[in-house]
Amino acid sequence: MNAQTLPVPLAASRYGSIMTHALFKPSAALAVLLLIDLIFIPGFFSLEVKDGHLYGSLIDIVNRAAPLMLAALGMTVVIATRGIDISVGAQVALSGTVACMLIAGGTPMPAALAAAIGAALLCGAWNGLLVAALKLQPIVATLILMVAGRGLAQLLTDGQIITVYYQPYFFIGSGYLLGLPFSLYIVAAVFAVVALMMKKTALGLFIQSVGINPVAARLAGLRTATLIFFTYVFCAACAGLAGLMISSNIKSADANNAGLLLELDAILAVTLGGTSLAGGKFSLAGSVIGALIIQTLTYTIYSLGVPPEVNMVVKSLVVFAVCLSQSAEFKNLWKRRK
Amino acid sequence: MKSFTSAPYFTALVTVALLVALLLAGGAAYPGFLSLQVMLNLLIDNAFLLVIAIGMSFVILSGGIDLSVGSVLALTTMVAAWLLQTAHWPPTAVIVAVLAMGAAFGALQGVMIHYFKLQAFIVTLGGMFLARGLCYLISINSITIEDPAFVTLSQAQIFIFDAFVSPGVLISVAMLVLAIFVAHFTPFGRAVYAIGGNEQSAQMMGLAVGRTRVAIYAISGFCAALGGVLFSFYMLSGYGLHAQGTELDAIAAVVIGGTLLSGGYGYVAGALSGVLVLGAIQTLIAFDGTLSSWWTKIVIGALLFIFCVVQRLLSARSKETT
Repeated sequence: MNAQTLPVPLAASRYGSIMTHALFKPSAALAVLLLIDLIFIPGFFSLEVKDGHLYGSLIDIVNRAAPLMLAALGMTVVIATRGIDISVGAQVALSGTVACMLIAGGTPMPAALAAAIGAALLCGAWNGLLVAALKLQPIVATLILMVAGRGLAQLLTDGQIITVYYQPYFFIGSGYLLGLPFSLYIVAAVFAVVALMMKKTALGLFIQSVGINPVAARLAGLRTATLIFFTYVFCAACAGLAGLMISSNIKSADANNAGLLLELDAILAVTLGGTSLAGGKFSLAGSVIGALIIQTLTYTIYSLGVPPEVNMVVKSLVVFAVCLSQSAEFKNLWKRRK
Repeated sequence: MKSFTSAPYFTALVTVALLVALLLAGGAAYPGFLSLQVMLNLLIDNAFLLVIAIGMSFVILSGGIDLSVGSVLALTTMVAAWLLQTAHWPPTAVIVAVLAMGAAFGALQGVMIHYFKLQAFIVTLGGMFLARGLCYLISINSITIEDPAFVTLSQAQIFIFDAFVSPGVLISVAMLVLAIFVAHFTPFGRAVYAIGGNEQSAQMMGLAVGRTRVAIYAISGFCAALGGVLFSFYMLSGYGLHAQGTELDAIAAVVIGGTLLSGGYGYVAGALSGVLVLGAIQTLIAFDGTLSSWWTKIVIGALLFIFCVVQRLLSARSKETT
C-alpha cells in the first residue's frame, strides 16, 4: 500500500525494472545470506550423492524449510484478503496428532492421512465461518482456535508424545524421490497448483481485489464472503500438510510443541517475501523465498558457531528492518535528511 | 430491555454474572471452594496477569494490540535476576531500572507503530522475538533470586480476617485503581477512547494522537515490566521461558472482560473480571483433579468464542437501531 505506490525515479530503466521487481528485495536478501555462507562456511555448496540421495547443506535447508514454505503459502492467500491466521501452529499439532494416533492404532495410512487433513480442513472451515460469516476480526477469530486447538490436540494424546513405528509414514517427511527429499515435491505440487489457479484463472485477481477494497469488491459482484472462507480453508489444508510432514519427520506427534510459533514464522516469511500485511498485492514465490531466508538464517547462525540463542534476536531485527523498509514514512525521513 | 442489552456496561455485567456463576458452581461441587482464602488465591496467583491485562486494556481500547508483553515479562525477570545476583545492585534500583526498561521498550514500539505507520501486530511480534532473544543472551538457564528483600516480599503475608494476600496483590489492585482513574477521569484516558473510536476524528479534534499512542504502548510495556517484577516475587527466579503465551491470556482476559478488540469500547475494570474468570476456571479444574490442564485451554477458547459472538451480535444490533 505504501512502497509500491511511490514513484521510483530511476534513470537506467533496464536495471530499474530489475531493482523494482517485487521479488528483487527478498531474492537479494537470500543471495546475501548465501554469500555469507559461501565465504564463512567451508563446503556449504558442496553436494554429494550417497545411497542414491543428494546430500548437502542446501538440501538440508530446503528440506527443513518445507513445512514453513507450505504454511507460508497458505498464509499468503489469507493475508492477501486482509486476514491473518494465527492458529496455523495449532492446526499443525492437531493434524500431526490425528495422523499419528490413527496410524499407531492400526488404521490404514491413506485413511489416517485423509482424517488428518480432514481435521485441518474442519479447523479452516471454523476459522472461515467466524471471519466470513460472523465478521469477527481475523486475529480474534483465529486466536480462539490457536488457544483451543492445541488444547484439543493435547486432549487427544493425553499430553503424551505419540511415537509411530510405521515405515511408509516416514516417507512424507524424510523420504527421497529421484534423489531429492519427497517433502520438496509436495511443496512444489502445492505451489504449482496455487500459482496456476492464481495466474490462469481470475482467482488471483479476485483475492487481490478483496484485499485492496473488500466493499468495492463486493459491490463489483464478487462473492467476497465465500472467497474469504475458502482462503482460510486453504491455509488450514497447507497447515495440515505441514503437520503431517513435521510429525513424519520426527516420527512422532508432540501436541505440546509441534508447530509452536510456526504461525509467526509463516507471517514473517510472507512479510519478507514482499506481501503487505495490509492486504492486496501478494507474491507466492516471495513467500517461498521468505521461508528459505528464515531457514537459511537459522542454518547460518548455527553453523557459524554463534550461540543459537542469538537466533531470536537476529530474527526480530530482521522483522524490524523489513517493516521499516516497507514504511513510506521511514523513507521520507531519510530523504529529508539528505 | 433492549436499551439494557445495548448499554456499554452490558457485556461487562455478563462477565461478572459468569464469574459469580462459576464460583457458585464450584462452591456447590466442592466443599471449601468458596472459602475466603481460595478467593484470595485467585488474586495471588494472577496478580501479574492482572497488571499485564491492565496495560493491554489501554492498548486494545486504542484499537491496537501488544504481543510483546509476555516476553517483556520474561526479560524483566531475567534482567532483575541478573542485576541482583551478578551485578549486586540494590533491590530498589533493580526495580526502578527494570520498570524504566519496560516503559522504554513499549515506547519504542509505539514510536515505530505511530511514526512509521507500521502495523501494531507485526511490530510487537518483532518485540516479542527480541525480548525473548535478549533473555537467552543473558543466560539460557534459570537464575535463582536469593536477594533477601525479594525473598521477604515473596513470603510476606498480609492478613485479611483469617486469610492472607501477597504484597503483589496489593500492588496490582493499586495499579487497577490508578488505571481506572487514568482511563475514565483524565484527558489522557478520553484521548485513548477517542483514538480507539476513530483515529482520524481524534486527529481532527486536535488530540495529540502520536504522543498518546506512544504513551499507551509505554504504559503497556511498564505494566509488563511491573508484571515481571511481581512474577519474580512469585517465582523467585529469572528465566527466558517464563510466562510463555501470557500475551494471549492477557488478550483473552481483556476480551472476556467486555472490551471490544476493535477499540474504543469497554472498561479497564473489565481486566479484573476477565482475569478472575480465567483464574476461576483454572481453580475449578485444579479442584476437580481428574481434568487435565489442557481443558483450561479448551474452555478459554470456548469462552472467547462465546464472548466474541455475543459482542458481535450486540454491536450489529446497535448499528441497526442507530
